[in-house]
Amino acid sequence: MGVGGQGTLLASRVLGRLFVDLGYDVKISEVHGMAQRGGSVVTHVRYGTKVFSPLVEPGTADILLAFEKMEALRWIHFLKPQGRAIINSQEIEPMSVIMGEYEYPKDLEDRIRRACAGAVFFDALAVAEELGNAKVANMVLIGVLARLLNTAPEAWEKAINAVVPPKTVEINLEAFHRGYNSELS
Amino acid sequence: MKKLMLGNEAIARGAYEAGVRVATAYPGTPSTEITEFAAQYDEIYAEWSPNEKVALEVAIGASFAGARAMVAMKHVGLNVAADPLFTVSYTGVNAGLVIVVADDPGMHSSQNEQDSRYYARAAQVPMLEPSDSQEALDFVKLAFDLSEEYDTPVLIRLTTRVAHSQSIVALGQRADVPLKEYRKLPEKNVMMPAMARKRHGEVERRMKALAQAANDLWINRIEMGDTSIGIIASGIAYQYAKEALPNASFLKLGMVNPLPRKLVESFARKVEKLYVIEELEPVLEEQIKSWGIAAIGKEIFPVQGELSANMIAERIAGKALDVRPAQDLPPRPPVMCPGCPHRGIYYVMQKLRLHATGDIGCYTLGALPPLKAIDTCVCMGASVGMAHGMEKARGRDFSSKLVAVIGDSTFIHSGITGLIDVVYNQGASTVVILDNSTTGMTGHQDHPGTGRTIKGDLVPPLNLINLIKAIGIRHVRVVDPFELEEVEKVLKEETQREEPSVVIAQRPCALLSKESKIPVSISEDACRLCGVCLRLGCPAIEKKPGGMYINQTLCNGCGLCVKVCKFGALRRAGE
Repeated sequence: MGVGGQGTLLASRVLGRLFVDLGYDVKISEVHGMAQRGGSVVTHVRYGTKVFSPLVEPGTADILLAFEKMEALRWIHFLKPQGRAIINSQEIEPMSVIMGEYEYPKDLEDRIRRACAGAVFFDALAVAEELGNAKVANMVLIGVLARLLNTAPEAWEKAINAVVPPKTVEINLEAFHRGYNSELS
Repeated sequence: MKKLMLGNEAIARGAYEAGVRVATAYPGTPSTEITEFAAQYDEIYAEWSPNEKVALEVAIGASFAGARAMVAMKHVGLNVAADPLFTVSYTGVNAGLVIVVADDPGMHSSQNEQDSRYYARAAQVPMLEPSDSQEALDFVKLAFDLSEEYDTPVLIRLTTRVAHSQSIVALGQRADVPLKEYRKLPEKNVMMPAMARKRHGEVERRMKALAQAANDLWINRIEMGDTSIGIIASGIAYQYAKEALPNASFLKLGMVNPLPRKLVESFARKVEKLYVIEELEPVLEEQIKSWGIAAIGKEIFPVQGELSANMIAERIAGKALDVRPAQDLPPRPPVMCPGCPHRGIYYVMQKLRLHATGDIGCYTLGALPPLKAIDTCVCMGASVGMAHGMEKARGRDFSSKLVAVIGDSTFIHSGITGLIDVVYNQGASTVVILDNSTTGMTGHQDHPGTGRTIKGDLVPPLNLINLIKAIGIRHVRVVDPFELEEVEKVLKEETQREEPSVVIAQRPCALLSKESKIPVSISEDACRLCGVCLRLGCPAIEKKPGGMYINQTLCNGCGLCVKVCKFGALRRAGE
C-alpha cells in the first residue's frame, strides 16, 4: 500500500508476474480511477495452488509492503500474527494534516512495531534519489523484499524485465539490486 | 498460452477471439481499459464515442450492418445509454451485439452504486456475470453466440473487483466470423408502434426460451459439497463465498438474467439451508423467494458496499477473526495533483465567494477542503442545466454569484445540450469549461477535442469556441487558469453579464504537461507564515513546526504558489 502515484501498482504486477513464472495460481486486485489521485491505495497479491478471492482479508496477509509510513499503520491489521512488514520510511502528509485538522502521528514506528515486532524500515526514496529517479523507490523495496525472503535475484529480474516499461528496465533493475544488497537493520 | 490478465483486458481478448469488428465506449472507471485493450488489436475498429448513448448506437449500427460489435461503459453510463438499450431489446440483432457494463459496489470511483442487473430485467435482455478473468474471456465469446442464436443484445456485468483484478487466462485463436448479409427489414428494425407491438411478443418468447435454456447452460453449474449449507452466488460474490466456505455446496450462476428456475429448485432440494449471496440489491434473492423457495440473503448481508470472504465466514459460519484497525489516523482522501490546472480557477472562485454547480471528473475533488469550490455533483453534464435551474429558481441576483464548472470531455459528453437550453430559455449562466485537453480522471483518454483517436490517429480537433458560438453564445473567453489576475477579472465580468457566457480555462493536465518540473523552493527568512499558499490545497506544500515546507519529490514546479505569496518567499529555481 501507499499513496496514489507512488508505484504500488507496478510493484504488485512484478510480484504477480514472479509467482506466475514460478507456477502458482495468482490473483491481483488493483486500484484505478479516483483513488489513484494522491489517496490511500492498496493492492492485493494472492498466490497458491488455487486462489478464489482476489482480496487479502484482514488478519491474513503474509507480507505487507508499504510505500509510506502512515499507510503502513493504516493497513497493518491485514497482517497475520507472524506476518512480515517492509516499510518505506518516507512520510507524505495528507491534506487533512496540511490543513491542520490532524497531526501527522509521531509514534508511527512504535505503533507499527507493536503490531509487527519484526517490521523493517528502509529509506527507499533516498536510494532512488541517489539513482536520480524518485519513482524507482518501488523497485528498491521489491529488492528488499526479495532479500528478506532469501530468494535468488534471477526470477525477480526476469519479472521486472517483463513488467516495467522497456525504456526503464535498466534503472529499475539497478534500483532492485540496491534494495537487494542493502544492509538491513 | 497462459497469461496474467486484468478482467477488462480479458473482456477485450474475448471480443478479439469472438471475431468482433467494432468496439466502442466512453471512458468510465471501472470499465475504461476494456476498449483501450480492444484498440490494440488491428482487426478491431475501436473508438471513444462522445458519450455512452452514441457508443451503443454505433455498436447497434455495426450489428445491424452484419459485424459483431461490443460496447463498454460503467454502470452510470448505462443510464445514458438506456434509451437505445430498451429498444434494441425489441429489434434484436443481425451480427452479435454485446454490452459490457461495469458496476462499482462500494463506490471506489463513482457517484452511486446502482445495480445494473435491474437493467437486464427491465429491458428484458440476458445478462452474464463472470467471476474472474478467464470467465470474462469465455463469457464474451458465449455472449456473442447467444446474441445471434436468440436474436438479442446480451449484457455482461462486471464489478470493480473483477474488472480490476488480474488472474490467469488461457488464450485462444480469433474466430473467423464473416460479415453477415445486410438486409432491409423494416418490420424488425423500424420500431414504430405497429412493428414494435409484434416485436414485444418476440421479446417475451425469446426470454422464455432463454429461461428454459438457462437450466442446461454450462455457465450455470452445481458444485456439490457439504449439503448442510447451499450457496447460490455469481460474479465476485462466488469467489468470496468459495474462499470463506470451500466445502459448502454451490450453485454458481454465470447467467444472472433470466434465472434457471428448475436448476435453482433442484439445488434447493438438495441442501438443508440455502443462502443467496449477492452484492448490492437482492435481485436473485427476490426472484428465488417469489418461487416459494426458502432462502437467507439480505437478512444477514448488506445491500450497501462490497462483501468479503471474512464477512461471509462470519455471518454464515460464525467464524470471526479478531482484527482491529489502527484508530485516529489522519484520513487520506484523493486530492488534485500538484500542478493541477484546476487549482488556479478554484482558488479565484473561492476568493470571489462564487457558488458553483459541479460535474464529473478530477475537478469534482475541488469540493473538498481547503478549496471547497463546488457545491454540487450529480451526473455527467449536470452542472450546466443545474446552474440554469438555480437561476430560474432564485433569480439573477443569485446567479450573478454562480458558475457552472465542467471538464472538456464532460462538456462534449452532455454539457452542450444543457448550454443550448440556457441560450434557448434566456438564462444568463456563466459556464467555466476546465479544458485540460484530456479525459483526466479515467487515465487520460482522448476525446473529440484532443484531435487524436483511441487508435492514435490525428484528426481535426473539435473547436469548442466555434461550437459554443454556433449555439448562440456571444461571449466566449479563453484564459490560462494560472494567470490568477486575468482569471479574476474575467470571472467578475462574465458573471455580471446579463446574458450567457462561457469561460474556457485552458491548460493541459499536469500529468501530461511537458513543461519543466523544477520544484519551488522557500526562503524561510521571507516567509511570514501567513498560510495563503496552504489555501491552494496543494499536496506538496506542508506546514512543519519550523515553517512552511515544499515537498521536493511531489512539487511539479507549476509556480502557482509563487504567484499567491505576497512576500516573495517562494521561488522557482533559476527565477
